[in-house]
Amino acid sequence: MADTILVLVEQQPAAAGKLNRVSFETIAAAQAIAKDTGWQVEIAVLGSGIGDIALELATRKAAKVYAIESPHLAVYTSDAYVHVLKEFLSEKQPKLVLMPHTYQVRDFAPSLALSLGKTVIPDAVGYKYENGKLLFTRQMFQGKFAADVSFTDDGNLWMATFQNAAFRGDMAEAGTAPIETINVTVPDGVVRVQAHEIFKEAKQAVDLSQSEVIVAVGRGIKEQKHLAMAEELAQLLGGDIAASRPICDSGWLPLDRQIGSSGQTIAPKLYIGLGISGAIQHIVGMKGSRTIVAINKDAEAPIFEIADVGVVANLFDIVPPLIEEIKKVKAVA
Amino acid sequence: MKILVCIKQVPQKDAPLKLNEAGTWIREDVSYEVNEPDAYALEEALRQKEKHGGEVVVVTAGPARSQQVLREALAKGADRAIHLIDDSFASLDAVSTARAIAAAMEGETFDMVFTGLQSDDYGFAQTGVLLAEILGWPHATIIIGIEKTETGVRLKRELEAGHYQLMDMPLPCLLTIQSGINKLRYATLIGIKQAKNKPVKQLTLADVRSKLGANMQKIERLYVPVKQKKTEMLQGTPGEIAKKLVDKLRNEARVI
Repeated sequence: MADTILVLVEQQPAAAGKLNRVSFETIAAAQAIAKDTGWQVEIAVLGSGIGDIALELATRKAAKVYAIESPHLAVYTSDAYVHVLKEFLSEKQPKLVLMPHTYQVRDFAPSLALSLGKTVIPDAVGYKYENGKLLFTRQMFQGKFAADVSFTDDGNLWMATFQNAAFRGDMAEAGTAPIETINVTVPDGVVRVQAHEIFKEAKQAVDLSQSEVIVAVGRGIKEQKHLAMAEELAQLLGGDIAASRPICDSGWLPLDRQIGSSGQTIAPKLYIGLGISGAIQHIVGMKGSRTIVAINKDAEAPIFEIADVGVVANLFDIVPPLIEEIKKVKAVA
Repeated sequence: MKILVCIKQVPQKDAPLKLNEAGTWIREDVSYEVNEPDAYALEEALRQKEKHGGEVVVVTAGPARSQQVLREALAKGADRAIHLIDDSFASLDAVSTARAIAAAMEGETFDMVFTGLQSDDYGFAQTGVLLAEILGWPHATIIIGIEKTETGVRLKRELEAGHYQLMDMPLPCLLTIQSGINKLRYATLIGIKQAKNKPVKQLTLADVRSKLGANMQKIERLYVPVKQKKTEMLQGTPGEIAKKLVDKLRNEARVI
């Protein structure tokens, strides 16, 4: 029998019963690897009352969909997931386990791998299959370099996670997969934590996903008082100001202005990054922007990898004349 | 509360990095600093100690140069430090790093271990979780709030897309700390002076080697990423660049 790639998908943490859309990206990744290696794809999902989710997964091309059911899995805990998956994977022995690089996976996958004596290559952005060797490409040093990483053993249970948007979910091939429901129990004492309800802090004041123009500021803005300049630029262009995580961490802008993996995801007509280096966590939230302009004094900043227009300069030299120039043009128009 | 904080020295954020000749790692002649999330982990430990008493111990695994981040932590208020000192600690995978730290904890009883949620160099986001698994402790990741309770700690965990979750956890436990959980302090002059007399215990590779396994993953090559997009770099005086940019905004992005 062919080796198996097992794709472990997840529900939306805040909306049980709904698949996290990133699941289909991981399925697409597995299907691509399967084409190159000749391995087969299987999909597994954990939860309570996940019949409908299994049906949705079964519309993709796969050899099987496992619905791993238990009332103990209704609320996510690392302890329960590791317990159940360790048993499941020990029995199935897939060659490769693929997962999306979500907060939930980051929380349990390293424990799971180690409990099986294995390792996870995390946050891959792609893969290579060279002369029969499978390599995972991941970003290092905040995206300044890429590394091709291999597993050092030949055994089963290789594990890797893929970064958000590394593959296109709508490219996951359709098909009809048989569903196998596996009922499991989690003995008392396994779960050592008590997880409470999931909530949102406050109603988000701004919905940046609707903005046509975003002016985003990063560390390069240096001081809070310089935000006024970015604000003026955003206003002139009919857009909104946003920021990378460090700016919100410093309290210079409220959290609802944050773009990236822990903030909002945007896809405006125009994104202007001022003093933003382009850490992975920021990039995943804005790389869908139609036109990306980056102004940064560091020519090596990863933001230039995805920019359409780049300016290597001190933003304080460029933004004031830019504001003046826009005013001039608007006055004529 | 006795808290161990794992901190790491990484290349400075805007340091220009170059590949070594073999294309296997970066050239080491760069400036280094403490990994940012680890600075928040340390700050949180210091705040917990100020509220509840106890001790804060910092540990790092790295070459001699990484003693700098321990000194800074001591200057900010950590009580003592453990340095797993060897050049090869910088190239261990996450499992081996976690095993080395677990070995360094032997003979001590900690209530909590804090790590930053990930490092800015490898970006694995694994060492803390693996250390918890090795210790047999419960863990939680991406923590943005910690309150001591009668039975342990109540945690606020950050989830994706602006969601949070509260969670009760017994002690001992391991937490990976999210940047922004608190406001970082600066070291005071007195703190810097006092740090000179605080103990730094050194453990060599030989001291912990028997606890480590072989690396289970290998970096085959490191390289500058292949560009996915054609970027037009604008050059000239600031005034010229501003004009060119406005032209782009009008005719290409069409937002003016």
